[in-house]
Amino acid sequence: MTKILEPKKQNSIFRRPSSETGIWSWITTVDHKKIGIMYGYAAFFFLLIGGLEALVLRIQLSQPDNNFLSAAEYNAMFTMHGTTMIFLAIMPISAAFFNYLLPLQIGARDVAFPRLNALSFWIFIFGGIFLYSTFIFGTAGAPEGGYLDEEVSWLGSAPNGGWFGYQPNAGLKYSPGTAMDFWALGLQILGIASLISAFNFITTIINMRTKGMRFMRMPVFTWMTFAVSFLLAFSLPIIAIALFYVTFDRNFGTSFFLVEGGGDPVLWQHLFWLFGHPEVYILILPAFGIVSEVLPTFSRKPLFGYAAIVFAGFGIAFIGFGVWAHHMFASSISTVAQAGFGLSTMVIAVPTGVKIFNWLGTIWGGKLKLNTPMLFSLGFIGMFVIGGLSGVTHSIVPADTQQTDTYYIVAHFHYVLFGGAMFGIFSGLYYWFPKVWGKMYNETLGKIHFWLMLIGFNLTFGPMHWLGLQGQVRRTWVYAKETNLQFWNVIVTIGAFIIALSIVVFMINWIFSKRNGEKAPFDPWDARTIEWSIPSPTPVWNFSTAPNVKSLDDFWHSKYDEDEEGRAVRKPTADQLLIDLEEDGLNPKEEIILPNPSYFPIVLASGLPLLGYAVIFKSIALAVVGVILILSGSFGWGTEPLEEGH
Amino acid sequence: MSTAHAYPHEDTGVETRKLGMWVFLSTEILFFGTLITTFMIFKGKDFPGIKLTDVYDIPFTSISSFVLLMSSLTMVLAHNALESDDQEKTRVWLLATAMLGAVFLAGQIYEFTEFYHKGFELDTNIFSSSFYVLTGFHGLHVFIGVVLLLSLWGIGQRQNGLTLESGMNLEFVALYWHFVDIVWIVLFTVVYLI
Amino acid sequence: MLMKIFFKFKNLKYLFLVFISACIDNAPLDSLSPEGPYARSIDELFWLTFWIAVIIFVLVQGALLVSVLLFRDKPNKPEPKQVHGNTKLEIIWTVIPVLILAFIAVPTVRTIFDLAREPEDALKIEVIGHQWWFEYKYPDYGITTANVLVIPSDRPVRLEMWSNDVLHNYWVPKLNGKRYLVPGQKTYLNLHADNPDEFWAQCGEYCGLSHSKMRGRVISLSENDFNLWINNEQQNALKLEDGSLAAEGQSVFLNAGCTQCHVINGVWDTQGDRIAPNLTHFAARTVFAGAALENNKENLTNWLANPAKIKPGTFMPNLELTEAEINALIAYLGTLK
Repeated sequence: MTKILEPKKQNSIFRRPSSETGIWSWITTVDHKKIGIMYGYAAFFFLLIGGLEALVLRIQLSQPDNNFLSAAEYNAMFTMHGTTMIFLAIMPISAAFFNYLLPLQIGARDVAFPRLNALSFWIFIFGGIFLYSTFIFGTAGAPEGGYLDEEVSWLGSAPNGGWFGYQPNAGLKYSPGTAMDFWALGLQILGIASLISAFNFITTIINMRTKGMRFMRMPVFTWMTFAVSFLLAFSLPIIAIALFYVTFDRNFGTSFFLVEGGGDPVLWQHLFWLFGHPEVYILILPAFGIVSEVLPTFSRKPLFGYAAIVFAGFGIAFIGFGVWAHHMFASSISTVAQAGFGLSTMVIAVPTGVKIFNWLGTIWGGKLKLNTPMLFSLGFIGMFVIGGLSGVTHSIVPADTQQTDTYYIVAHFHYVLFGGAMFGIFSGLYYWFPKVWGKMYNETLGKIHFWLMLIGFNLTFGPMHWLGLQGQVRRTWVYAKETNLQFWNVIVTIGAFIIALSIVVFMINWIFSKRNGEKAPFDPWDARTIEWSIPSPTPVWNFSTAPNVKSLDDFWHSKYDEDEEGRAVRKPTADQLLIDLEEDGLNPKEEIILPNPSYFPIVLASGLPLLGYAVIFKSIALAVVGVILILSGSFGWGTEPLEEGH
Repeated sequence: MSTAHAYPHEDTGVETRKLGMWVFLSTEILFFGTLITTFMIFKGKDFPGIKLTDVYDIPFTSISSFVLLMSSLTMVLAHNALESDDQEKTRVWLLATAMLGAVFLAGQIYEFTEFYHKGFELDTNIFSSSFYVLTGFHGLHVFIGVVLLLSLWGIGQRQNGLTLESGMNLEFVALYWHFVDIVWIVLFTVVYLI
Repeated sequence: MLMKIFFKFKNLKYLFLVFISACIDNAPLDSLSPEGPYARSIDELFWLTFWIAVIIFVLVQGALLVSVLLFRDKPNKPEPKQVHGNTKLEIIWTVIPVLILAFIAVPTVRTIFDLAREPEDALKIEVIGHQWWFEYKYPDYGITTANVLVIPSDRPVRLEMWSNDVLHNYWVPKLNGKRYLVPGQKTYLNLHADNPDEFWAQCGEYCGLSHSKMRGRVISLSENDFNLWINNEQQNALKLEDGSLAAEGQSVFLNAGCTQCHVINGVWDTQGDRIAPNLTHFAARTVFAGAALENNKENLTNWLANPAKIKPGTFMPNLELTEAEINALIAYLGTLK
């Protein structure tokens, strides 16, 4: 049936892999869809681990002066929870969406550099494994000269300096052992993965758009991918250098962030948040994109103010580089800087507000179909608004000096990153489920998932606002009974378990529907963008012929006209069009040449964690093996016969 | 990149791989930008101890800088030779470029050793640490460049020779090499002259 | 103007507080019950912003709910009008937030500078952060103490702060916001309490294993009481010569290793800073061990028997003291009034 051209006979020493099924097809794949799916599963796996860590934290805090966890274990758990959720869960889940959808949304056959794409995925996987191997190889202990009553257990031998790794606490003197090295080097490896995919996506969006897909016709999700890629490309180098310094401080006796040698601990804060604040938008903008796809589809109306939403997204990304010091209002920055960064932080509320109002404008007057994706998108707006408003209270610098480092902040950013990013992500997971698997998910279970999660989420993070204002500081292993904080802490813990339950419902739905779900039509939502004009599940070649895009929401306009009143009217030809599209999509008329799979991305990627271990164990041998793997991977990569087109 | 099966796309006029290279170099600017900015911050610190100005030898570094600059020239010559499809000359100029890069690296190693003898070591103080990390990071880039040049040279030895379209593309290596050279001009000014 | 708006909302505010605090009373770290002018100016600013946020919250969530109720799909509902945007509307909802923010920005910037200014008649106190306790020095009086900060209530104090090790964050919620303690740099914070009272302090910045147990107390005293306290603190401890239990404790203190890190003026003086609290007037403090424990016999017994069990990572070793030695030490510490 397929007319995919076989790879040519090769005269190279290495034959390119050719399996299409089985484990090797996944290990050697360069197909953006397979890579996207692998990103998704890997990220979800880490999401579960990060969730378990959160539950453990919540058990510890459910009563005052609790001893469920030791201090070392608690500190390791909150550090790993933050690091995991940010770098190993939300970022890669977003990467899963980018990978799977980006080429489909711009009508391309794959990303610009398919092998680089596979490389970023494998580097991410090895980075995640490297970071988590700290539980086996890592060590942690009391600061130099301090005493512990008991040995640090395996649970405590993980990074314990916080995901923000403030210096000098995260330095060798105050965080001895290798755990924080696993953190610094692990983030470095994960950063490389994200950087490579950023180059790839930027190039893809600029150069791989199908005929007629001008910039201002691109779906908003593609736009947000574009913005996120720029944010990654320009913020990751900063943290990479800062992490370099940390690694040198910890391993080679330098003192970039240590006062003793002339260094400056506050410089770390500046560098970290110069990356860290754009990072927040790296986490949330993909969800903005998803919601901007889901709302118009289920409202049966175009996005209200497309241009404004796109420019607001880029405005947020741009201003996001100028507000970093609002994480440091209580730190040693000057009064003028406090005022300046307070004001710039207020400014960022404006484009964010524009987005929210435009989303409301989109659903206003629509014909809302309340399927699960739509529920999550609506929930996203509701929850994100709360996070945004508490964010404005942080820009009031004096008020922020009361709120900073308390649970009020924890509440704020969970409303943004869970109520915002995660709700958006779940919306997207349900929305594109039929496209990816060719099956429908179970709507009832989906709705149960939504309501459980909404309730659990608000029970967990709503009271945290109050706890913070009542003086519960962050990263607190215990709180005194006299602080009277127990009641709401118990509620929070109950909420956390309700969230966990909702995740179980989600998993049941996913597994069941993927096996036994109803067969999905290829346009189940009567959608607007061109990824719905191809069969479900997506054929390996994506588009059998390159689409020629004539307008924004091209697919919708091929199905619908507008009458005099401006109401949508289904074209009489629409039904036949869908039948034709399915027929064409499954049976390409011309030869299709896809990029060949390759062994080398995984070979090259496997060298990086070895370099990490080499630093940690001070082993030249490991470094040599790592360099050999990287070089041989690169050599194979460079000499591998090129694929015959994209 | 073959034209026979070209998948139609909105034409931006920039070749995809070249575009990717430019994006890569723009993040490299941020890598070096961060290093240079922090270096300047540390340099301005009022901290007692040995400083770079106590150990450096400007004439020596000027010469090695000149060597690196010349390598940009030979790189251009290699590119020109390839454009007129002169395989022999291309290889010669590539090798010359790699050699000049290697001479620069040797100079850097010599310089570092001298500094170490004078008590200006990696972990001495913030001035020495930031110096070694900054120039070392650049040195690593030069090293990678030399490896790339030598592999190009190696590929050029094979039957088909080099082309401007082939996978290991001379043009990209040239872009990278010029970038590394320009960065050095900035570094030399910031680290040694200011 | 700010005050006016604030008072308008004041009743509402208490309604809200009564509702939400139904299950919490008397939270000693409550940042919403200011008991000094600095904290109060922050509080006013917070509630101003809070009520504006509430209005926006109600409007947006209301619009969301109304849309869902009004526009949800029903049988025979016609296809909607394909509205692509409305420039006028979009300009309006860009400009309105700008105006609101400008309205909040003015008092914000003013308060930032007000809080940072050094009060004229302030008493200077140095705060030094240690893992995991706060040390206080009164340069005007030559006093060094720990864990409990004593301040006069008739005038403001100006804290000059730095850290001896990692970053810490000094926070007395009822008196002011937080300020970091940074190694190698000085930061400043003003405190002023309305009345003589006791307040809780807490380290805000994560500073290692026992961060959560890095606490403090602030006691504000009337002018008279404060002077009495100063006088008492300036006295050295007396060297005990009799054969009492306390005197035995003194010899435990001098011989068991405590003097490696602790100072008791008049009994064991050393030059320079030591890494542990000065114990000269230990018994006058209500709390010890980074204010994690109330100063009583039971807590002291547990602490001296195994400090690391109470504060993981602590720099105080387990000296393997016998029960008798511990009792003697406690008796001795009790004399250090």
